[in-house]
Amino acid sequence: MTDHTVKAFDDDINALRALIAEMGGLTEDSIDKAMAALSTGDVALADKVVAQDARIDELDANIERLVVQTLALRAPLADDLREIVAVLKISGLVERMADYAKNIAKRVETISAPTRVEPLSLLPSMARIAREMVKDALDAFAARDSKLALQVIERDRAVDDFYNSIFRTMVTFMMENPKMISESAHILFIAKNLERIGDHATNIAEMVHYVATGTKPPEREKATLIETGLEN
Amino acid sequence: MVTSPMADMRNSDPKMTARHVNVFYGEKQAIQDVSIDVELDEVTAFIGPSGCGKSTFLRTLNRMNDTVPSARVEGRITLDGEDIYASGMDVVQLRARVGMVFLKPNPFPKSIYENIAYGPRIHGLASGKAELDQIVEKSLRRAGLWDEVKDRLHDSGTALSGGQQQRLCIGRAIAVEPEVILMDEPCSALDPIATAKIEELILDLRGNYAIVIVTHNMQQAARVSQRTAFFHLGRLVEQGPTTEIFTNPREERTKDYITGRYG
Repeated sequence: MTDHTVKAFDDDINALRALIAEMGGLTEDSIDKAMAALSTGDVALADKVVAQDARIDELDANIERLVVQTLALRAPLADDLREIVAVLKISGLVERMADYAKNIAKRVETISAPTRVEPLSLLPSMARIAREMVKDALDAFAARDSKLALQVIERDRAVDDFYNSIFRTMVTFMMENPKMISESAHILFIAKNLERIGDHATNIAEMVHYVATGTKPPEREKATLIETGLEN
Repeated sequence: MVTSPMADMRNSDPKMTARHVNVFYGEKQAIQDVSIDVELDEVTAFIGPSGCGKSTFLRTLNRMNDTVPSARVEGRITLDGEDIYASGMDVVQLRARVGMVFLKPNPFPKSIYENIAYGPRIHGLASGKAELDQIVEKSLRRAGLWDEVKDRLHDSGTALSGGQQQRLCIGRAIAVEPEVILMDEPCSALDPIATAKIEELILDLRGNYAIVIVTHNMQQAARVSQRTAFFHLGRLVEQGPTTEIFTNPREERTKDYITGRYG
């Protein structure tokens, strides 16, 4: 795209994009570390995820500050306006995904005891899909790629299906192993966190579609999540 | 692609229409094949870089270009379906029906009262002093100036502040009961507060008059208009609902201009 006549406006937009990239990279790293810590029971690694979240929150605050400043000083319009609004929303979504990663990391301690339950092995495959969605949603934003954004949106269904399947498995498991209720509940929460990460990646992808095309993506059929019975 | 002004369905006929309008200054063509509708219940903003022809086109709507000897207008422009360039058209009457407010406030060097009363008097709109007083008060109220000047109606209009002078000029345009008001950069010489008052006035007047405003201020166009037309190099590049033009313009040239990428 052609540069703005006022070069400082381009600098602002580039700075915002760089902040989103940094924040997104850290968040992807947090999700990876949280899942690695979970599968190996590595509490020290989990603590790193918790520590990293402070930096992500700080980036979110910086983005908000720069967005407000850009809106006030540049009064952006058209593509620029859509981009700035998207940056603000995406920043909030990434910040919450990082919170879910932190939440997963905090549970490592509680289920890293010798009594590691077997259904834990269900989580990595679910995490992999959610994690790919996060990466592709952020890549789509960097490249203003509406096609890739639509692919991310399509994949949310798989994460929801995974969640439903884990939910059923865990209910059965808890009935058969009443001593494992506490660990099982943690696993359910982790599955829920991964499901929410998938949702937020989907929301980012929707914003990317809006930035790139000026329109919201077409409505898709949504999965029904079993614990609420509500469409997600 | 220029959208057809007929593309969206309307309940009523447009107040003014322009079809295939060309304007020449001598050999030089300033406007090329512009077609657009002006609706009664809307504020229409004309935007575009300097020299794009937006002011020239605005002036064709009340034949202000007649005063420029080298200017020549082709095409058809109608007011309520009537061709305003037809040979029988009374231009003085036309300019009462299609009033104009300019960039720099230009009150007559007379009293505030006389600035407003002049038009109604020459158009025979008042049958006596009492009626003229009423028109002056009503026009100044509509222009949002009454409370500020009611105790000094016989002071000179040129002694008012710039913003007040511009509202006086709007009051003067309103006094002859126009149907369309054309505004050519009405706030360019005003400070932000005076500008806000004019914008508030435009929003107030909307619905009673068809208003067309030429502005260089994107935010102003976005704030006061419901329909925006982007001119570039004498052509109408794109027109549409203001929110569409400013959030998701279809034409690359429109986008480059409103986002400040015009080179």
